[in-house]
Amino acid sequence: MLSAILVMAAIGLVLGGILGWASVSYRVEEDPLVEKIDAVLPQTQCGQCGYPGCKPYAEAIAKGEAEINKCPPGGLEGIKRMAELLGVEPPAAEGMEPKPKSIAVIDENTCIGCTLCIQSCPVDAIIGAAKQMHTIIADQCTGCELCLPPCPVDCIAMVVVKEDVTTWKWRYPVHMMKRAA
Amino acid sequence: MGDRLHTFNGGIHPEGHKAESSATPIRDMALLPRYVVPLRQHIGTPARPLVQAGDKVLRGQPIGAAEGYVSTAVHAPTSGTVIAVEPRAVPHPSGLFDLAVAIESDGEDRAVDFTPLDWRNLDPSALRNRIRDLGLAGLGGAVFPSYIKLNPGAQSIHTLIVNGAECEPWITCDDRLMRERAAETLQGVAIMAHALGVKTVLVGIEDNKPEALAAMAAAAPAGVEVVAVPTRYPGGGGKQLTYTLTGVETPTGGRSTDVGIQVFNVGTAYSLYRAAMLGEPLLSRVVTVTGHVARPGNFETRIGTPLADLLTAAGGANPGAVGEIIGGPMMGFDLMDLAAPVTKAVNCLIVKDPVHFPPRPAPLPCIRCGACARSCPADLQPFEMYWFSRAKDFGKAQSYNLFDCIECGCCAYVCPSHIPLVDFFRFAKSEIWEREQEKRASDQARQRHEFKEFRLEREKQEKAEKFAKAAEKQKEAAAAGPAAAPADPEAEKKKAILQAALERAAKAKEGVTPKNTDHLPPRVEREIAEIDARREQVVGKEGGEG
Amino acid sequence: MNGSPYALLAKNSVSSVMLKVMAALIPGIIAHAWFFGPGIWVSLFLCTGFAVALEGLILLMRNVPVKPFLSDGSVLVTAWLLALSLPTLAPWWLYAVGVVLAVLVAKHFYGGLGQNPFNPAMVGYAALIVSFPVYMTQWPAPLGLADHSLTLLDAFDLVFAGQGSISPDAYTSATVLDTWKTQARLGLPAEDIRAMAMFGWAGARGQEFVAAAFAFGGLLMLAHRLITWHIPVAFLVGLALTAGLLHLLDPGRHADPLFHLLSGGAMLGAFFIATDPVTASSTPLGKLIYAGLAGFLTALIRAFGGYPDGVAFAVLIANICVPFIDAYTQPRVFGHDKAGK
Repeated sequence: MLSAILVMAAIGLVLGGILGWASVSYRVEEDPLVEKIDAVLPQTQCGQCGYPGCKPYAEAIAKGEAEINKCPPGGLEGIKRMAELLGVEPPAAEGMEPKPKSIAVIDENTCIGCTLCIQSCPVDAIIGAAKQMHTIIADQCTGCELCLPPCPVDCIAMVVVKEDVTTWKWRYPVHMMKRAA
Repeated sequence: MGDRLHTFNGGIHPEGHKAESSATPIRDMALLPRYVVPLRQHIGTPARPLVQAGDKVLRGQPIGAAEGYVSTAVHAPTSGTVIAVEPRAVPHPSGLFDLAVAIESDGEDRAVDFTPLDWRNLDPSALRNRIRDLGLAGLGGAVFPSYIKLNPGAQSIHTLIVNGAECEPWITCDDRLMRERAAETLQGVAIMAHALGVKTVLVGIEDNKPEALAAMAAAAPAGVEVVAVPTRYPGGGGKQLTYTLTGVETPTGGRSTDVGIQVFNVGTAYSLYRAAMLGEPLLSRVVTVTGHVARPGNFETRIGTPLADLLTAAGGANPGAVGEIIGGPMMGFDLMDLAAPVTKAVNCLIVKDPVHFPPRPAPLPCIRCGACARSCPADLQPFEMYWFSRAKDFGKAQSYNLFDCIECGCCAYVCPSHIPLVDFFRFAKSEIWEREQEKRASDQARQRHEFKEFRLEREKQEKAEKFAKAAEKQKEAAAAGPAAAPADPEAEKKKAILQAALERAAKAKEGVTPKNTDHLPPRVEREIAEIDARREQVVGKEGGEG
Repeated sequence: MNGSPYALLAKNSVSSVMLKVMAALIPGIIAHAWFFGPGIWVSLFLCTGFAVALEGLILLMRNVPVKPFLSDGSVLVTAWLLALSLPTLAPWWLYAVGVVLAVLVAKHFYGGLGQNPFNPAMVGYAALIVSFPVYMTQWPAPLGLADHSLTLLDAFDLVFAGQGSISPDAYTSATVLDTWKTQARLGLPAEDIRAMAMFGWAGARGQEFVAAAFAFGGLLMLAHRLITWHIPVAFLVGLALTAGLLHLLDPGRHADPLFHLLSGGAMLGAFFIATDPVTASSTPLGKLIYAGLAGFLTALIRAFGGYPDGVAFAVLIANICVPFIDAYTQPRVFGHDKAGK
């Protein structure tokens, strides 16, 4: 009886020692959570989540103040990846119909050069100066739509980005494994 | 090198079907009333259009200029009028349209003056620029701009491999080219060897082309070795041919130039001959038309020839045809639209018949039999890659070296379950590329956003500082008042120096401070320049009106 | 939008692979029928019938197309391997239970063709031998040893009506592996055991030839590139080496390696069971490790285990290790250095 107890205690000590050693010597330095969450967010900086930009939203998620389903540009895919990252069940997504990727385009004949859109653009994707026509750099536009409301002459429109031969993707091959219903 | 051949793993022996199209000489095509020349015919940035609707062009006149580094020019195939610069059908697996120049020929086929290049004495960089402006790109299928490949750069190239293997079934355009124009092709090879400064030149030809081998060997000058390589698909793949001839493996993710070897297709060598000796841009190429057609064969086809017209030249499709393939049957793709033109990349048009190209049977589950792995020339485990690609677990697919796959199609060919493996790999690759693209875009957006915040903050601070300084100065001025006596000249001098230094610092700061238009790719910079130009126009117009 | 449109011309398919495997089994089956009587035809017939009916039913219930999956032939191979592993002349329900375990539990519970981690036939065999050891250890006596020579009709009668008219002792016996194990444990000298009538010149009487016939079928498969050499060679070498070592250590207790190679399910296992691609390792080095392990375990189980033959358990244990083995034996990819970079 005594020997059994001693053996068990010894085993416990040895295993505990190994665990303790492993937890110290194999510790993984992790990115701060906020950075990781921010990396999953699409960086449109659109503020549709109710926070001024992606980083503040990421901070709110990290603190547990915000739900993870408040990012329409990220879409369902984004929610899924966020849920995976945080190890939670993906919450229901409301009003998240997948929107085709769009960018803003300024009608150069209507623009009066008021610079209001330039100030509203979170990624400095609009160039121009006061009293001069403004233009959006298509490559930099994230499609956040933040420039739409400030424009006094409604000269900015969202244009869906069309697929061309460079952005075209090979589709998922159709598998005919299932019997037609 | 080249004394002993090396054998790559895997590979298959599909039926060749070369005889159908290789028996007859290369035929010329009659001048067509209309040509469509896409501006994106090469890997890299599409050419920038130089013409607009209504312009008159001559044969060989540039209609698109190289744009950026990885790009090359395109030229008018005949003389006539540009009727449109707009998206048109192109030979692409998607069937999507792409920007092209449509030209109506005037029937005169007048050419611009071609000046031969003095390639022996021309400065290497100038020679390469001329080759870029003559629109040369690899005609083996990858259409990489040739002028880049002719730049030995920092790596020293010791071996030039000329690829005449033509391992894909049905295709015979390189075979006929080598049989009929061996001397010219080898002159092109000599120019390549000169530009690269190589000592060893190996021409690899599969041994199912004895006539081409004989013709090339007979025409080969000293120092050029024509080597018969065993016929085994994909023996003409760049990496496979390099290994067969030299035993050197192209490192993963790299190019053969990393190991001092450059590979060119024989068709590219021939076009280089025409470019250098005649000063002629890449205006036409040899294209095989074969399969279920009345008179299969090879055609000297102008770039921009609609494929429907090419098919007509071969006598048209026989009754019962079930579609067309662009390229070879192993790596090609189903053509969506016969209105699409021949581009620099199109080497073959196969008309399908139901006997040789039956509909794909429904795939069964993978039984891990490993036939794909045994046939893989890249020594991959395709069934593992398939498993994860199908499950959209792209990280795992990549960990099985998905990107070492050359999409040769051997695995799909041997699969007893008839799984379209290559389709899965292409799907997975394009998904991964898109994700990387998105990641880059979002990283850039984050940076730009952070910088904007930083800029706003800085501006606020600067404003506050300026304000504070102004207030201080005022106070100072008030305190000093008129009573301020002229300070001693020593102090005055010191102050002046200080002031100058401050100004210099401010100026320097202005110089390095990035504005929101800094660090943009050249394409965007050009866009901005264009916008500026437009703005000037608009402003000018408004000024005129007002 | 298909890549590689030519892919359809290779003339192989899952069903042709499976049919060739079945053809390669035929020499062994004929030898078996010759030496051990017509019972094998009954068990093959029963297993095939049960398996095809069950597979069809499951495919219907799983709502997948029945025809391409039933005609892929994989269930036939499973049924035949099971029939060849089970003793002949056992009650009919034994085969039925075996088929249910193999086809339903081991194959379709895991998702059907290509998804099962364990060899279905071996799952069926192992579950039966654990559950019904009495039936599973009575094998028909070889040619010339049975008091009563059975006709095909007798065999059917025995399987369905039970052992009424003919005494079981008249036509069955334990296997040699079983006998060796019991007798050697009892202390009988090896020579005396070998002198028993059921032993032949190297292995079990008759079984030597059956094993040779299976090996011949296996060589046919090798010639037709249905399998590679790795698995059979590694299995047989693993078995022979381990058995040989034990024999050297204690010749009185452990039989020689040739005996092990030619008795029980060694040849069937090496060429037909361990080579099942779905459950075997798939890299060249992995195949050697996997099959070597299976051969090694077969010898160990035969020598020290409680069951007469070890092939089934050895293969199943090796199956468990396959994902691990595969993960660490990935071949070097073209253009990568030895470190895989």
